[in-house]
Amino acid sequence: MQESAGTPSGQWLLDVQGLCTWFHTRRGVVKAVDGVSLRVKQGEILGLVGESGSGKTITGFSLMNLVDQPGRIRADRLHFDGRDLQTLSANDYRALRGRDMAMIFQDPMMTLNPTLRVETQMIETVQAHESVSRRAARARSIDMLTKVGIPAPAERLTVYPHHLSGGMRQRIAIAIALLNSPKLIIADEPTTALDVTIQGQILYEVQKLCREMGTALIWITHDLAIVSGLADRLAVMYAGRIVETAPTAEIVRGAQHAYTHGLMASIPTFDTRGKKLFQIPGSTPSPLNMPKGCPFRTRCYRATPQCIEEPVFEEVAPAHGVSCWHRGVEA
Amino acid sequence: MTAAENILESGGQPAMRESMLRLFAEQFLASKLAVLGMILLALCLCLAIFAPWIAPQNPFDIGTLNIMDSKLPPGSVSGDGAMMHWLGTDGQARDVFSAILYGLRISLIVGLVSVSAAFAIGATAGLISAYFGGRTEALLMRIVDIQLSFPAILVALVLLSVLGKGVDKVIYALVAVQWAYFARAARGAAIVERNKEYVQAARCMSLSWQRILWRHIFPNCIPPLMVIATIDLAHAIALEATLSFLGVGVPVTEPSLGMLISNGFEYMMSGTYWIAFFPGIALALVVVAINLVGDHLRDILNPRNEI
Amino acid sequence: MSALVFAALYMIGDPVLMLASPEAGDAERELIRQSFGLDLPLWRQYLIFLNKVFVHLDFGKSFLTGEPAIGLILDRMPATLELATAAMLFAVLIGVPLGIYAGLKPESFGARSVMTGSVLGFSLPNFWVGLMLIMVFAVFLHWMPAGGRGPVQAFGPIQLSIFSWAGWRSLILPVATIAVAKCALIVRVTRAATRECLPQDYIKFARARGLSEARVLGVHLLKNILIPIVTVAGLEYGQVFAFAVVTESVFSWPGMGKLLIDSIITLDRPVVVAYLILTVVFLSLLNLVVDVIYTILDPRVQSKARA
Repeated sequence: MQESAGTPSGQWLLDVQGLCTWFHTRRGVVKAVDGVSLRVKQGEILGLVGESGSGKTITGFSLMNLVDQPGRIRADRLHFDGRDLQTLSANDYRALRGRDMAMIFQDPMMTLNPTLRVETQMIETVQAHESVSRRAARARSIDMLTKVGIPAPAERLTVYPHHLSGGMRQRIAIAIALLNSPKLIIADEPTTALDVTIQGQILYEVQKLCREMGTALIWITHDLAIVSGLADRLAVMYAGRIVETAPTAEIVRGAQHAYTHGLMASIPTFDTRGKKLFQIPGSTPSPLNMPKGCPFRTRCYRATPQCIEEPVFEEVAPAHGVSCWHRGVEA
Repeated sequence: MTAAENILESGGQPAMRESMLRLFAEQFLASKLAVLGMILLALCLCLAIFAPWIAPQNPFDIGTLNIMDSKLPPGSVSGDGAMMHWLGTDGQARDVFSAILYGLRISLIVGLVSVSAAFAIGATAGLISAYFGGRTEALLMRIVDIQLSFPAILVALVLLSVLGKGVDKVIYALVAVQWAYFARAARGAAIVERNKEYVQAARCMSLSWQRILWRHIFPNCIPPLMVIATIDLAHAIALEATLSFLGVGVPVTEPSLGMLISNGFEYMMSGTYWIAFFPGIALALVVVAINLVGDHLRDILNPRNEI
Repeated sequence: MSALVFAALYMIGDPVLMLASPEAGDAERELIRQSFGLDLPLWRQYLIFLNKVFVHLDFGKSFLTGEPAIGLILDRMPATLELATAAMLFAVLIGVPLGIYAGLKPESFGARSVMTGSVLGFSLPNFWVGLMLIMVFAVFLHWMPAGGRGPVQAFGPIQLSIFSWAGWRSLILPVATIAVAKCALIVRVTRAATRECLPQDYIKFARARGLSEARVLGVHLLKNILIPIVTVAGLEYGQVFAFAVVTESVFSWPGMGKLLIDSIITLDRPVVVAYLILTVVFLSLLNLVVDVIYTILDPRVQSKARA
């Protein structure tokens, strides 16, 4: 894996530099995403990890250009599949969504329209991007439902979403995302709302299908334990920024940012059994009232007066970048 | 209230109440339309209260009317040159402007009295049924449901056809029509309050149910009831006007705005528009002003309810 | 529930006093009493009445014309039917798009204007709107007649006036009068439903699938907001149909509502009672129809009903 400043962007499926999504509200500007940089290769699985409120979901919606009013998206660089997304017209972006870039949502109970049959919702997804017959679209839907492990797919097609369980609905949502063989799928905590057993199955199937179809995947989650078994590379997000990014193995072995340490340490393992689990003190700062400089300094045990200065994002090893004044492997 | 009760009350501290009031005022003033409505309403109230002093003519004093002055268009001077009829005169030579001021008076009195009475009766019925539940509640709410399934105008029409004409009778009919709205809203609000801890605490202090109901629960039910009362006031005024227009409302001797419009309606066909038009404008101004205030109040006081 | 209504109606006042002229002697009154069977005790009158209504579908004869009350009402029904249907159709066709627009861009100037307009629409009394329309379009512009119904043509067993231009000319003003108020209501319901539906995940997911905006709004949004809209529009249709009293009076429209108000004023009780019974039956039927449509629109209700 080669990664340096000189790499041409053609190598990257998704190349995002300095992504900012700000909400201009009456009470002030909420900087939900404030300078996120991400790169994803063809077929790569990236885990985007952060607490709730860290801006990871908004990052996903920003890439899809689905941020609600009064949100504004701005980036130094926003390239996908060799195209500059910031120059796309509304209709071009629409054509891109669901065909090249798909998304899976967190709560399967809410993502399917309750008043339309599963069939309708799948066929319209195909027909929005290709002029194929209803029959062909239906056949492709059945095929995809089989792939995501739904028994008796032809019957499932004719029912309404409320007849199906949460796990089943999430599989259908995944099947819908895969329908047009996208190049990238953004999965926003797709297993959080499900039972643990179903979580495992879905995790496994999504990973398998992405590998088979060569689809890149951004898996957004707050659960570092889940994603470290799945992703090729991890990006840790805090208060609207990426604080550390590295291949999964490297994070597990040698995380450099204090926040990543904290996350790692709060995963229960066999060693920590019976002991008090580590806990990062405090909570995420309000986006209306961010501390100056490093946003983590108010909760950080390494913080010094220097942290009032904005930390620089630096590469400490190939493909391993950290944004911290006091980085280090030792906790 | 006793000192112990004071502690029970949520938001009981004077400072907190004051700041809530200020917050409310700030929110209210944020809407220009609502402020406009409030100003218009205040203006109408002043005109109605001071009508005998403002009106250039007493429209009920037959002696001052000169039949030669009838149906004068707006801006005419009366035959004896004594006064200017800014809004013209009607078929009996009454000054339309003066008639509107007096009509406004009757309309507002009917509206205010009927809404106050309906508020008192409805709130009592609603609170009692919420507090006691069981059969009392089932019976009262059944009556409310039945009544609300019939439109107000119809119930009032049937009642008035039996009661006959008269300002007092119109008020009875309006109260009979409107108490149900208050009863339903009061019950809804009171059921929520009944289950809150301060009520449980008040019960533990074995206060009488009247005291719990009126001193503890009722004050917390006032906001939604105020919204209903405002909107109902407009509704009552419009309803009274409609009934009078249809000929079953106030008698000819005490013409409200609706009666004035009804009187002018027959002249309108021949192009003598002002006799009905100006009272119509006055009626619309009052009703719209109240509704603008009410609409905004609803936005502030119960934001969940959007319709 | 309907039994309660009749009973209440029968207990109000002595119909003989309404029937006989004030000069009539006791003997004359007694004669009237007997000829209508009013000398019997109340419960017997009621039983006879119920027997007639439900066994023979006989609602009694009009005191005024001597014709069967039910016939009188049914004769007038088509006129009201076309008035109510046309008005509701216009209200929905105009109200739903405006409501969606106001829901999509709640902060825009257009949406604010629509919402202020809707406050005007439902706060202005119905007869007032009719009056102003008559004044502008009939009296000054002479575009439409001020009242009455245009030429009718038979459509099956009923007479409708919607087949000719002249018929529409008479129809358009009363239709507009009713439509204004109902449109205001539909706008508010639609806006509230849209605002509730838009932030839902399934709308965002529909966009994330790359569906066109037309499909997202026209299918995904519309199918969900139709549920509350159909409920409200259906119930309102019933109200308009049964109680177009005011509009029909203003425009001398020969419908059921005009008949009702005439009957109330002339104290023709059998007609009033028959009207009320028919109305209750009609409203119950309509409720049923709305429930059925609701089940078709919302698949979640279906499975609950089946379970």
